[in-house]
Amino acid sequence: MTDQHSRWRRLIHSRLFFPLVCLALVLALNVVITMVTTGSPGPFFDINFSNGTINGPLITILNRSSELVILAVGMTIVIASSGGVDISVGAVMALSGAVSVWLLGYGTLADNSYHVASYVVPYGVGLLAAIAVGAICGAWNGLLVAKLRIQAMVATLILFTGGRGLAKVVSEGQITKVDVPSYKFIGNFIQDGSGHNVVPVSTAIFVAAAVVALAGLLLRHSALGMNIQAVGINPKSSRLVGLNSGRVVFFAFVFCGVCAALAGIIATSRIGAVDSSNVGKLLEMDAILAVALGGNSLAGGRFSLAGSVIGAITIQSLTTVLYSVNVSADQLPFYKAIVVVLIVVLQSPELRPMLQRLRRRFRPTAGLRQVVAP
Amino acid sequence: MAKPLVTMTGINKHFPGVLALDGVDFQLVAGEIHALMGENGAGKSTLVKVLTGAEAFESGQIKLDGFDAPIINHSPQEAQERGLATVYQEVNLAPNLSVAENLFVARQPRRLGLVNWRAIHRRAEAILAGIGLDIDVDKPLESYPIAVQQMVAIGRAIDVSAKVLILDEPTSSLNDQEVANLFALMRRLRDQGLGIIFISHFLEQVYEVCDRITVLRNGRLVGQYDVAHLARRELVSAMLGRSFDDLAALSRSDQDQSNDTTPVVRARGLAVRGGVKPFDLDIMPGEVVGLAGLLGSGRTQVARVIFAADPADQGTRLINNRQLPDRPLDSVRAGLAFCPESRKDEGVIGELSVRENIVVAQQSKLGAFHLMSHAEQVELAQHYIDLLQIKCASMETPIKQLSGGNQQKVILARWLATHPELLILDEPTRGIDIGTKAEIQRLCLELADQGMAVLFISSEIDEMLRTCSRIGVMRDLEKVGELTGDQLNSSAIMAAIAGGEADD
Ligand SMILES: Nc1ncnc2c1ncn2[C@@H]1O[C@H](COP(=O)(O)OP(=O)(O)OP(=O)(O)O)[C@@H](O)[C@H]1O
Ligand SMILES: [Mg+2]
Repeated sequence: MTDQHSRWRRLIHSRLFFPLVCLALVLALNVVITMVTTGSPGPFFDINFSNGTINGPLITILNRSSELVILAVGMTIVIASSGGVDISVGAVMALSGAVSVWLLGYGTLADNSYHVASYVVPYGVGLLAAIAVGAICGAWNGLLVAKLRIQAMVATLILFTGGRGLAKVVSEGQITKVDVPSYKFIGNFIQDGSGHNVVPVSTAIFVAAAVVALAGLLLRHSALGMNIQAVGINPKSSRLVGLNSGRVVFFAFVFCGVCAALAGIIATSRIGAVDSSNVGKLLEMDAILAVALGGNSLAGGRFSLAGSVIGAITIQSLTTVLYSVNVSADQLPFYKAIVVVLIVVLQSPELRPMLQRLRRRFRPTAGLRQVVAP
Repeated sequence: MAKPLVTMTGINKHFPGVLALDGVDFQLVAGEIHALMGENGAGKSTLVKVLTGAEAFESGQIKLDGFDAPIINHSPQEAQERGLATVYQEVNLAPNLSVAENLFVARQPRRLGLVNWRAIHRRAEAILAGIGLDIDVDKPLESYPIAVQQMVAIGRAIDVSAKVLILDEPTSSLNDQEVANLFALMRRLRDQGLGIIFISHFLEQVYEVCDRITVLRNGRLVGQYDVAHLARRELVSAMLGRSFDDLAALSRSDQDQSNDTTPVVRARGLAVRGGVKPFDLDIMPGEVVGLAGLLGSGRTQVARVIFAADPADQGTRLINNRQLPDRPLDSVRAGLAFCPESRKDEGVIGELSVRENIVVAQQSKLGAFHLMSHAEQVELAQHYIDLLQIKCASMETPIKQLSGGNQQKVILARWLATHPELLILDEPTRGIDIGTKAEIQRLCLELADQGMAVLFISSEIDEMLRTCSRIGVMRDLEKVGELTGDQLNSSAIMAAIAGGEADD
């Protein structure tokens, strides 16, 4: 009994408890809404196998959240180490996507006749180039923040506005596409020559899982996790024990840039084309929110990667819920904001003491033995 | 007996895993200076925080003069409105605001709704003059040494019309003159009828200025005494719960340094532009060298330059005969360790656990990709928690939840864990209780016997005399001499510091 009790307590006090509750709430909201509108709980938790793929609303959410999960991982590291945010990730997604398309050989969407049988440069080169672009963008941000000590929000504002412009220059102002079928594999399913799905799960999910796993392993099996937190909490103390806070912050931004490039590759591959003004649009805000929803302080320091991943999936679930009740894309941010405010308030560290105080006021015997002052 | 100002009865306070206050009674009357004493983690700061509403308490009663019913302060602001002025142990000011702004934050004199800067400037200077401090109030607070910052915090607290003044270890970084100024001020306020709660680990100060003493041990009340009727020995055993062999038993072994060993540190003409003037310093293995001087005399800068916490602008710095880049990491790798003066700013990494705070220096010495296993970390942390008797609920507790003295011990543990060849200690025993202070001094001597060199800075001359075999004297940013052998007595040191006949 007591054992169970303490396990329950540990669960409640675990950092992941609230993020998980929030995710559960959003999923429940979906079911309730379907109940109200259609009278039945709907197929929300169904998972079936057809056409060589595993399908179901939950799988779709997971698939759709891949980019956000990857961005959230990078954003977590940036926030933890610097206490600042990288608002350029959406633009970096567009830029690295545009560069890979440009290298691999492209035509424009309008250009119906355009078709190439093979890539202009090897596919791997295209991917590596995209990743390199992400790393360079990250390095630029890192330089501004770590070396020149410009506030992260301001420093990344440059690429936030300039990045998409650059992407448009690369794609000559057009929506560009790659017509080789395998280009769509990363954002969709890997198929054989005759168009049958070989792997039943979307490749994007694997990429996201791999990024999370790699980052997790790296942080767990090196002192990087501790160093990032130390630098984020107290750079002066960290310097004196021999940590180079500038370098830690720099690499955090580089890592975040690479994450943005990977997300950009997925997003571009999903449709086989890159629209520089829309790829990853507003995703930087979702990524920051994911970190916050994961119970991480935006002031830096202590962080939980798992929390951010749960936060990212929560946001994607919310988007799905809202679309399912026919909220249009341009109204989406408003409804999202309402739910996000609720969730953030729920997680506020001030809320619990406040509730306790309220409870005390209404049930004076349960709290302090003494009466509150006149 | 004068009228009671504060009466606390049966106060209970838990923190996760610790019973910080266990049915504590405390009374403060008007016109007294009342010392609150006890070991690190005894609950002194917690008692004060409960009184001022900085922490909530579970049960008990607080009565305040002028209020019929028992009161509970829900925030320090509320306490301030009720006449309780407080200087907390960790100075809570804004380092990048000016001194004047810090003095008047949130209560600026206004004229026609606008902040009246001239009035602020004038009144800030007046307040500081009242406590014997003459500084430029328009400079940012962080440009002044800790001692000045602490005086500013005191100035800020006593400016508001208060009935009770609470000072949690206000003297830990003040020099004798500043302490004397503060005491004069405290006596003046006492004679005006204020009640003052004074927390300190310095017995001499308590005996000098206090009227009564309340002793806490492990969150419990041991007793309340009149200073006049309590012998030091009794006070110490009340605090520690056992009798205590006098510190005098400690003595350094005057080891002879053979000349052929290379110095751990050889500084030649090291200087900082606008700071400490060129100085030479050699420290041999196994030697405990002290640095004496007034506040602002450059002691801390010497320490920082030797560790390369701040880069030198000229001169050479040889560590074991090698020239190193001016970076802390290289210093740590070469076997240097540095406990900085400002524990909160440059020492603790607040949200990290006690374990992480202990292993972090050794881990950075090993490099990020040679992670110590969890078991190794636990073992290392446990070893130093036991050795230095660090009081914490568990080693996974965030360090910021420890009492001030215990945080200091963790920082010391962090550096001892790197097995340094030279340990630089800038005011290492600040805020540490007398039992542990003796332990730390003993540990220093023991490690020196095993060949570790120590550079020791302390405002307590006694402490340096007990540990150091050589003392460098700093005055006005200049190293003016060294004292050894027979010259090592407090009058000679005082004279040298003050710039008397001792050296010129
Ligand atoms: N915020 C906190 N969270 C958890 N535990 C705490 C917190 N603050 C204090 N404690 C614990 O309460 C106990 C009493 O601490 P307190 O700060 O009152 O000691 P103290 O007597 O002031 O010691 P010192 O002389 O070192 O300043 C200690 O065991 C400490 O670890
Ligand atoms: Mg204390």
